[in-house]
This record gives sequence, structure tokens and C-alpha cells, in this order.
Amino acid sequence: MNGIDTLTPVLTANWGEDHAWKLENYERRGGYQALRKAVGMAPDDIVAEVKASNLRGRGGAGFPTGMKWSFLPKDNPNPTYLVVNADESEPGTCKDMPLMMASPHTLVEGVIISAMATRAVYAFIYVRGEVLHVIRRLQQAVREAYAAGYIGKDILGSGRDLEVVVHPGAGAYICGEETALLDSLEGRRGQPRLRPPFPAVAGLYASPTVINNVESIASVPGIIGNGQAWFNAMGTEKSKGHGIFSLSGHVKTPGQFEAPLGITLRQLIDLGGGMREGHELKFFTPGGSSTPILTAEHLDLPLDFEGMAGVGSMLGTRALQVFDDTTSVVRTTLRWVEFYKHESCGKCTPCREGSWWLVQLLRKFEAGTASEGDVDKMLDLCDNIGGKSFCALADGAVACVTSAVKHFREEFEAGYKTPAWELFPYEKSALFSTESQASAAQKEGAHA
Amino acid sequence: MSVDTSKDAQVAEREDLITVTIDGIEVSVPKGTLAIRAAETVGIDIPRFCDHPLLDPVGACRQCMVEIPDAGNGRGMPKPQASCTIECAPGMVIQTHHTSEKAKKAQEGMLEMLLINHPLDCPICDKGGECPLQNQAMTHGPGESRFGGVKRTYPKPINISAVVLLDRERCVLCARCTRFSEQISGDPFIALVERGALQQVGTYEQDPYDSYFSGNVIQICPVGALTSVAYRFQARPFDLVSVTTTCEHCASGCELRSDQRHFQVKRRLAGNKPEVNEEWNCDKGRFAFVSARGEDRLTRPLVRRNGVLEPASWPEAIDVAVEGLRRAGDRVGVLPGGRLTLEAAYAYSRFTRQVLGTNNIDFRSRPLSAEEGEFLATRVAGRSLEDSVQYADLENAKRVVLVDFEPEDESPIVFLRLRKAHRKRKLEVITLAPYLSRGSLKVNARLVPTVPGTSAQVLGSLHHEGLLDSETVILVGERAGLSAGTLTTAASLADQTGAKLAWIPRRAGDMGAVEAGCLPTVLPGGRPVQDASARVDVQSVWNAGSLPAAVGLDAEAMVEAAGHGELQALVLGGLEAKDFRDPQAVRRAMDKVGFLVVLETRLSESAQHADVVFPVGLIEEHAGTFVNWEHRRGRVNTVVRHAVPPMTDIRVLAALADAMESALGFRGSAAALAEIDELGRWEGNPGPLLGAREQQPGVGEGDLVLSTWRGLLDSSAGMDNEFALQATAPRPVARVSPATAQQLGLQAGAEVSVVGPRGQLVLPLETVEGMCDAVVWVPQNSGASVGGALGAVGGDRVRLVGGAA
Amino acid sequence: MSGHEFQSHFDDPAAPGAGDIDHSDMSTNIDETTIAEMRQIAARYPQKRSALLPMLHLVQSVDGRISPRGIEACAQVLDITTAQVSGVATFYTMYKRRPAGKHHVGVCTTALCAVMGGDILLDRMEKKLGIGENQTTPDGQISLERLECNAACDFAPVMMVNWEFMDNMTPEKADELIDKLRNDEEVHSTRGAQITSWREAERVLAGFPDGLADEGPTAGPASLVGLEIAHNEGWTAPDPNNLPVNPAPEEGKQQ
Repeated sequence: MNGIDTLTPVLTANWGEDHAWKLENYERRGGYQALRKAVGMAPDDIVAEVKASNLRGRGGAGFPTGMKWSFLPKDNPNPTYLVVNADESEPGTCKDMPLMMASPHTLVEGVIISAMATRAVYAFIYVRGEVLHVIRRLQQAVREAYAAGYIGKDILGSGRDLEVVVHPGAGAYICGEETALLDSLEGRRGQPRLRPPFPAVAGLYASPTVINNVESIASVPGIIGNGQAWFNAMGTEKSKGHGIFSLSGHVKTPGQFEAPLGITLRQLIDLGGGMREGHELKFFTPGGSSTPILTAEHLDLPLDFEGMAGVGSMLGTRALQVFDDTTSVVRTTLRWVEFYKHESCGKCTPCREGSWWLVQLLRKFEAGTASEGDVDKMLDLCDNIGGKSFCALADGAVACVTSAVKHFREEFEAGYKTPAWELFPYEKSALFSTESQASAAQKEGAHA
Repeated sequence: MSVDTSKDAQVAEREDLITVTIDGIEVSVPKGTLAIRAAETVGIDIPRFCDHPLLDPVGACRQCMVEIPDAGNGRGMPKPQASCTIECAPGMVIQTHHTSEKAKKAQEGMLEMLLINHPLDCPICDKGGECPLQNQAMTHGPGESRFGGVKRTYPKPINISAVVLLDRERCVLCARCTRFSEQISGDPFIALVERGALQQVGTYEQDPYDSYFSGNVIQICPVGALTSVAYRFQARPFDLVSVTTTCEHCASGCELRSDQRHFQVKRRLAGNKPEVNEEWNCDKGRFAFVSARGEDRLTRPLVRRNGVLEPASWPEAIDVAVEGLRRAGDRVGVLPGGRLTLEAAYAYSRFTRQVLGTNNIDFRSRPLSAEEGEFLATRVAGRSLEDSVQYADLENAKRVVLVDFEPEDESPIVFLRLRKAHRKRKLEVITLAPYLSRGSLKVNARLVPTVPGTSAQVLGSLHHEGLLDSETVILVGERAGLSAGTLTTAASLADQTGAKLAWIPRRAGDMGAVEAGCLPTVLPGGRPVQDASARVDVQSVWNAGSLPAAVGLDAEAMVEAAGHGELQALVLGGLEAKDFRDPQAVRRAMDKVGFLVVLETRLSESAQHADVVFPVGLIEEHAGTFVNWEHRRGRVNTVVRHAVPPMTDIRVLAALADAMESALGFRGSAAALAEIDELGRWEGNPGPLLGAREQQPGVGEGDLVLSTWRGLLDSSAGMDNEFALQATAPRPVARVSPATAQQLGLQAGAEVSVVGPRGQLVLPLETVEGMCDAVVWVPQNSGASVGGALGAVGGDRVRLVGGAA
Repeated sequence: MSGHEFQSHFDDPAAPGAGDIDHSDMSTNIDETTIAEMRQIAARYPQKRSALLPMLHLVQSVDGRISPRGIEACAQVLDITTAQVSGVATFYTMYKRRPAGKHHVGVCTTALCAVMGGDILLDRMEKKLGIGENQTTPDGQISLERLECNAACDFAPVMMVNWEFMDNMTPEKADELIDKLRNDEEVHSTRGAQITSWREAERVLAGFPDGLADEGPTAGPASLVGLEIAHNEGWTAPDPNNLPVNPAPEEGKQQ
């Protein structure tokens, strides 16, 4: 299709190289050349280039990155802050961690260029805390960049200063929500803030703040180095550029695939060696557990923002969790909702109380002790939660339930009589079998 | 001037009006109005829990969902919105539960979810009957719950402080309490802890929620999660009779709601008076109302016979009192104290002048100065609300300068208003004090280090820095009277610069007493005693012969004179010897004076010294008026109405006047107030404030200057019998700068003795960064009063030694 | 009446949900050096309160848990109340209220890992260690946690040791891992460094590097699947100097 290859490694291109995380190796393959180019550009020109590239946020929402930057007020007396959202915690999403582990300088270079574009003098990389080695490599990359004069005072003689801090989180999915992240970064409980004011106007320390996902920022050096036309050459009409697709679950070889937006799941599964031997695709998430699940009928849809929205789902973070025909939808849904219950920040009623209730209902479906009519009751509860909560976390919890019921209602209705583990013996879904499976099944859902 | 400003504001507001449609009703509201507030203006009540008009919006409970089919731009909002966080936009269309099925379902769904983990223990919950959750579950809830699962429970209740209990399972996590503690009073000792479904309100075990304002969180809790230790299980709301009244504890002038049952006040709540206390009050005002419920409550007159106080009939007591007072003639002094209503103070004032024939009257049962007397006579007495500084002026000022005044301790609602202005408008607060107190820190005040007694000079230097101007308000506390030249300087700098000036006394009755003429130099309405035409004014209203023209003795002079036999009788209202500069002198005076009449509620120290004691009613048993520091009148209403009302100061004085063949002219507060208003304010010139003639040398010897003020919560008699409240009082400490501690070889945390001319106070030492060197601060009334224990007042010299000296 | 059951969250003062940290254990190793390091962390930020999360990581590295002294020290250094610190310390799951083991083992049981074997692994670890989740072996060597998604789904099922990845786990590999950790034998993360200890890991999170960044591979095998296929197929991103000619989308659209 128009001369673009199926896979287009850009961010992942150096992941196979020895010690790719070291500054010297990054520089050897052209690293920090884009920064040198950016140093010669006016900030507004960098913003214009990123705008023209049609880069859309890679953290899930797909908001145009350049437009986000252009919302920063020009006349605000407070300093501007750049915050990188490296809190990657959405179930299924696993692209930013390998990126930062393998090539942290790609991100750091992106941070510096983006800071120049947004006139930020302080940048924070908010990275989830549970990834020690990723943090080690990030910390080291920032130290190396300071030593090389890429960060600090008068960067490459530009007269521009920048401080970069690697800030580890401490275990809270909600901190991936940008305003919760800001509260967390201010040393508070990570609970979302009211908007307006939007972070661009009053974000970190009530100052203008731009928050972008790791992959978005890491894409900036390529856009500046190669030009917006290069980026626009990849992807579909409204979803431009390259993106990392994370294939996980019941495929032969799960992994990361960097491709133009618009690749299909069928292509990805083929690249991943197909489904597990002897099994069929049953359902998948296109972009993490918060994106409504899809089924085999959606295999050939382009994985881009419009393609997924067109079938009532979302591209999200391109986290393709693939489940085969051994899998109980009820069980999987329960485990996702348990995740949301565990990660609900507690601020608003529908998320806090609704997830508490939903988990109890779903456990009944799983145990085969649900009552006639509970499917409709659950859907009504989802209706009372969805779109009413403070932030989108609860919408994600509801989306996996309603989409699961939409595609597999009969499996839930079976939960009026039959435990899920009888319909779908759990050991069949696992990659290995042991004697402990039976007791594991009984323990299902025993945790709060 | 303030009138003009508010007019301007109104005009400006009108220009800013926007129109929205709520349930088909068009309404114009100021720009920035929240949808939930706009709905209120047309009588549409949207259910809510987290929303509170005085707290920042949070949008947490999601109960107030509405549908917005047109956001004002022709496009609808796809999801229902929380009306407590949506600002009205021109042309916006809002549909509440009345007109939108979506909104109705959202609200019902939210209530169902709020109740799944709620214990539904309304029958044993203090809030039952006045509970927003209960009420709104009935009006907006689905009626029946579909939840059949497991509810979370917690051990209950837990003390988050000595006065506040928390039942976590009743909590709906609206965060009103935590927002109050952080935003309003600045005491975030409670916080949301844990997360998700286990989120709860919590404290850190070692640090309870000890805030002067903690009781407000009980009042604003929309469920029964926060309850009062004192009120718990005392009454059901529907059995209570509520009366609006005014607090008697300080000069802030809070409106209160006082709830009684079975002739006993069961609880007090903050009233809703936007121009004064908004919807808040302090814990003293809320909880300290049982001081007269001990065994020392006086119910019958007492007369001393053969050296022993014995119960007597009213006629007998009056006869004895009259005989004693007649014997004394005009060699009598009257000390009514600072806790009286305006009307009662007025009764004392008239009784003193007309019946006793003297100007020996002074409400100041505390250290005082001649300069202060002059300041009160010329700059305070005879003023009205209109020509005084008001709360709104504090809120709108550019800068407020605190002079010998600690608002959080000495007038807590003033503190709250300063904090509000600091938070919302970045009000600049400058404090002339020896160190930054907790209250000063919470308004981010700039400390101008001021050794007690030197405020006048420091004010002068502020003026040189150009910090006093027409947008500045200077607040002087009653301690300023002890700092020579301070009141005079403040007045003259205010005149020069256009800065506004207000004197903020500590007691609720102080300003009324000034108005009523309970001063040796001032008649009611600010009339100078020495001005013949002023006296004629009063004589004509009183229908009296000529009034004494000579200036009377002030309180300290009366004490002195009584101690030396120059006064032969004293009439005392509610006061305590230990509050005076020299408590020993007061005791001596009470011992030595030929005849002592005391009007009291309790068998106080002064009552025990008396020859005749008249029991008077409690504040909840009669009506009247308090005048707060703004000169604003606050109505005191009878809360507990007995079949036979107890005697009041007014009725006792009226009876004495009758028996002395004179006439007080009224027997109740309504008639007294009418007379006060008939008399009105003095329209003549109050005369110039000449100021301090000489620096009074500080007494005592030692290397350190004493600084002291009364904490809001201390050993005050008003807090007697309220043990939970007492337990929240700050721990008494002595404070010095680290350098001073080092110089004296003293360690923070160690026990030290502050030694004055008369004795010592033993307290743990605390060092305070930034505090003036060579100054030691102690609380004025921490069990022992400073005056009594040390024989010294602020500005005097004391010594500090390690251990118990 | 309603037939509701009730679930108490307060049986154990150190369990999540208790509402505070554990005050029954007041022991601490926090000293002036720790306080100085806290101030050092605070100095990294334009506003010092931002330092609270890393400071609490430091507390754990020193005290092996969030200790009362740790809360108080953070409050003092940052000029906030202990309740505010406690609110933060009880919000984030990485902060432990009772001493974690020398090695902290996590098993991911979010949906995908659970389905692919995480449930079996967690059950097996509980049995093998004789402890439940959020508990520590009596010898203090190992603590166990049920994890939510740790962003390594292409390596499912995933376990973590001291927040280092242990990818593509099986019961056998898990058993071997536990045995080695118990005996303090050398263990390497599948995509990281040689395992140190939970406390040392917490110190890195506080911003004090341990010099191990250069250990381990650039990426794990799953991370490279797409890249290797691209290499084999000769697929690359377009050459910016020789971009393929795009069909004019605007015109195409107008038709």
C-alpha cells in the first residue's frame, strides 16, 4: 500500500543493539541530531512541525500533540512545565517500558526538543515505580545527557536551560490520568482534578503544563529530524505515523510490532505466528482493557483511531490482548473489573461504589450463582456508572462489562446456573498445567 | 464609603449577568455562577452531598447530575454533568430531575450506590431526622435497593479528636470535612486516607484533629459520619427547639443556633450570617455552654451573716444590699465586667450614674491603661456599624496590619475572614508580634518582629516603608492598650494615611459596654462625662437630676481605692480577679472594701467574697444584644424559657434602684434597648486623642520581656465542665527564640520557670525560629493566670530559668 | 432484614484499609543522614512537597516499611501535617505497612496474566512459602504480593522480584526462583540486573542510583519479535529523503 512497509521500526529500531541505552551508542546511530536541528529552530516552528505531522497522542486518547502544545498561554507569568506520562499501567499496555529500557535517550531527546518547543524550563518524567530497571536506565540517561550538555544550562549554546527529573510513582493506575498524575507529582494522593482549569493553563503548581505520553514525546525527534512529511507518509488518512502495537495473549509469539497506524489485527496475529495451536480467536482488546472488546469479525479493521471508533471501541494504546476459545469471558471481565475496583481512587461515588458492586455481581456470574435478571441489572448498573464518574476510569470498567455482554450475553446468562470454570476449565487457558489448578480455581475471586 | 463600594459592586454584577434556562425557567445569574446555584435561585433543589457554597467545588459525590442539552453554543453535552462544577454559560439549557429522565435516573442510581455500603442505622444515628442523606434518599432515591451483597464495615466510632467522633461506614466521602480543614481553617490534621472503596477520612494516630474550628465539620457532614462527643445520643433533632442567638464568648459576634430540650441547651451550631461568621463558628462558641452546670450554679440570693454566706430571700437580699450601698454613698465603684449584653451594660451605666451618683464604672476587668481609656472615649465610643471597619472590609482590603492582636486566639472569626481573603485574594497580612503564631502562619503573615511594648515605634517604621495607605486596615487588639503610645500612634497614622482602623476587644460584652458608657469618662452613646451638654442629653432621657460631672475611677484605680478603704462599696458583675493585672490587689479590695455586691451565675471567687450575691440568669435564659467589634448588633434570644424567668442583671439593678427610691427606668432588655436607641449617639466632638503622656516603666526585673495573650481554648471558666473541649486545648508552653534558649543554656522540651515579681510559671520550653530574642511568651491563662502567677503583664520584664525554680 | 453480609477491613492494623500505618511498631533506623537525604530529594523540585513519593521510598529503604518515624520525618521536612503524609502513604500500593521481605515477590494476576497462568503461580507461591498475599515469611526473607498489570503483557505470565521483571514464568521457574531467593543465591532478572534486595531497590526509586543500569539486555525477546521480522523482511520506515509518492487524498475524497 502506497510503498510503505508493513512494519516500520523507528522507536524500536535500535532495540536489538548491544547497550543501546548508552549515550554513545545512541549518538552513533544519529541520536541527538534532531535536537541539534531543533536548537536552530524557533519554538513556534517546532510546534508547527509537530502540528503538521498530525501526531496524535499515543497514550490512548489520541489528542493531536501539536495542538495540545499550542494551548499553552503565551502571556502567563508562571514557568511552563513539561511532564512525560510514563505511568504505563493500563492492562495490556506494555510498549513504553521496553522503549525506556532499551533506548531511554530517544525519550530524553524528545523531552528536550519538546521543552524547547513549549518553552518549558523544567521537565518531569513520571514513571510508574514498579519497574526498577527501567528507572535505572532513565536515571542514567538523564545523567549522561546532563554531562553531555544536552540538559542543564545553555543547552548546546542555545541560551536555553532545562532541568529534567525522573520521578518514580508508587503504585497507582489512576496516576496515568493526567490531572491525577499532576497531583501525585505534587506529592499528593493521585486523584483527578476538576477541569477547567486545564493543565495547559493551570497544571503543575498551577502553572502552564503540557503532559504527553512517552511514545508521543519519543516520536518528536523523528518528526523533527525527518520532517513532518516523513511522518505523514505513514498511517491512514486521519491516523498518521508509526505506532508500537503490543500483541499479547494466546498467540504463538506475542511481542511488540512497530507499524504504521492502520495495520489490522489479522496481520499482527500472522506476524505473531498465529493463534495457539488448535485454537481460534475468541475476543480481543484493541487498546487495553478500557477499550471495549472486539471479536473475530473485527480482525480486518484498520487499527487506527477512526477504525476502532467506528465499531464502538477505541484504538487506545494499541494493546492487543488476544484471548482464544478456551477463555471464559465472565472470568476475564471479572478480573478486569477487579483491577478497576483495586485502582479506583475513591474520589467519586459511581467508580468507588459501582466497582465494589460490580465485582460482587460478576463473582456471582463466575460462580454460577447469579440470579435470573442479573445481566440486565448489571447493565443498568453500568448505565448508572458510565458517563457519570469524575474521570474515565469507571468508563473503562463499564466498557469491558458492556462490551462483553454485548458479544457474549449467553455466557453471562449461563452464570445463572453454571460456574464459569465448568464451562471453560481454567487450566485450558493457561500456558502450562499443574496440579494446583483446581485449588486455584476455587480460590478465584477470594481476594478483595 | 463601604456603602459606595457595594453599590459599585452591584452595578458591576448586573452588567455581568447571563441568562440560562433551567427546567424551562429563564434565570439571569452573575457570570461564573454554578448551575446548582443558579437552580437554587429559581427554587429548584438539586440533591447534593459534596457541594458546599463556602468550599471549593470538588464534584466528588456526583449526586447533582443534570442534563445539558445545550451548553449555550447550540451543542448539547453528551453525558450528564455534575451541576456543582458546571459554570453557567449564556444561553445554556439545563434540565434537572424535574424535566430529564436521564438526570433523574442518574440521581437515583447515585443514591442507590451511595447506600450500598451505608449501614442504614438511622434509628440510632444522631443525624437521623436532619440528615441530607436520609432526606435525599427519600426524595430522590429509588426507594428500594437492588444490592444484596457484602457491605464494608469498620470499627466504630473512632475519635478523630476529643470532641469529634467518626463512624467511617456512614461516610459518603464527600470530603467536606477535609476541605474545610484545609481550605477554611488551615488545619489539615484530617485527610482522606486509603483509596478506592476503602477510602476513608483519617488522622495520624499521634496527631488528633485539634483545631479551634473542628466542630464545623460535624455540622457540614451531610451524613452521620462525624458526630459530636458532647451531643452524641443526647437528643433527636425533631425533639429539639431551635433558637437563633448570638455567641457570648468573644467579640466576633457569631450568630448561633442554640437547640434546647427539657429546659437545657443540648447543642449549639453555627448560625448562617454571611456578613459575620458566614456559616462557621469556633469550638468554644459551639461546645462551651455548660460552664454553669456544675454544683456552683447560683439559684438563690446569698447574704453574709456572721461572716458566712447564707441563702436569703430576694427582698432580704435587696434590703441588705441597699443598706450597704446607702452607707457607701457615692464612694462606690462598679465593675460590671465584659460579658454583659448591651442592655445589661446600659443598666449598670445608668444605675451607677443615676442611682449611685458616681462615674466610678469600668467594664475592663483586665490590665488597662489611661491611654486606652482615652482611645476608647475618643475613637471607639459612639461609633456605629456604618462608620466602622467591617468583616467585608477585611475581605476586600489590600493589606491588614495586626497590632498586638492574634485573631485566631482572640477573635477567631476575624481569623477565618483573613484566611479567606488570603486564600481567595492573596490578602497581605502583616503582624506586629514577637513571633509568627500558628494563626499568622495560616494567613501567610509577614512578621515584623515586635518586642511587647514597642508596637508604636514599629508602626511608625511601617509607615515609613509606605505600608499604610487607604487600602490598609489596621486591627489593634485590646493588648495594644498596654503598649505605650500604640493606640495613639495607630489613630494618628490612620488619620494621616487614610488607613482604616479598628479596635478588636476580646469579650462579647466589651463593645456594648463601651457603647453603654461603662467607662469612667464616657456616658452612653460616646458622650463625654465632662461635657455638660452631653450630660444634659442623658439627664433628659433618664428624667434624672444632675449627673455627676467628675470623671470616675478606672477599674484599676477602683481596685486600688477599695483596697485602701477610699471606696466603701463595690458592685461586681461577672468577673474574675485573675484576669486583672494584679489579682492580689483585687482580692485585697474584695476583702477590704466595706461592702461587696456581686451579680453572678456561679459561686465564683468574687461571689465568695461578697456580702450580698444576686443570682442572675444564664445567657440562654434571657434576651438582649451583643455588639461585636464592628459595632454590629447581634440579637441574643431566650433559648430556655422557664415558667418563672430567672432574674437578670437588669431586673436586679432595677429592684435595687426601686429600693433606693430611684428608678432605673426599665425592667427588661427591650425597654432598655429602646431607651438606648432613643438616646442615640453623641453628635458632638469627642475631643482629640492626646495620647500617652509618659512611658509606663515595665515592672519587674530580668533579661526577658514577657509576651502573653489568651489562647482561645485555655483554662477559661467559660469552658468549665466541657471536658472534651478542654482536651483539645493546645498544650501550654513557654516560647523563646533558639538564640535566647541557647544563651540561657536551655533545651527545647525541657521544663523551665518564667519568674516574675510575684512568682513563677513552670512550663515546657519550645523554641520558635524567627522569634524576637530576649522575649518569652507564655499563655495568659493556662491553669494559672499570668497576672496571678507572675505579677506581670505583657511588656514587663521577667527571668527564665531551667527547671522549677 | 436486608440479608446483607458485612466485611470488616480492620482486623489487622497493618492491612490496607485500616486507615493508618502501623503504630504498634515504632522502631526506626532513620537518622540525621536520612533527614539530610530527604532534604536532598526535596531540593530536586521547584516545590518541595513534590518530593514526598521518593521520600517515602527512601523511608522504606531505611526502615523496611513506612514507619511512624518516617511519616513524621517527611511531614517535618516538607512542612505538611502527618495526616497529609499518611493520606499519601496509604494511597499507593508500593508503600508497605509492615516490613516487606528481603525480597519482595509479586505475581501478576490481572486478567491476561491470570488467565495465562498467573492464578496458578500465585496459588503455588502461597503454598510454597506458607504465606498469603501481603505477608512475609517468618524469617523475613520473602514477602508476597498479588500484582496488578505490570506492563509486560507480552511476557505473560509475569512475576516481579524487587520490581525487576521475571518474564514468561512457569511453575518450575517460579519454584526455582523462590528456592534461590530463600538461599540468597545469585538470581538475575530476565530483563534487568542481578537481584539485590527490596530495600536497595527502594533506594534507587528514591533517586540514589546503585550503578546497575548497564546490567541485563537491551530488550527481552518479545520486545524484539516485530523488529526481527522487519529485519528478515527488509521492512523499514520510509527514507525521509525519498518518500513514496502519496496519492492526493483531498482529490480522492472529493470524488
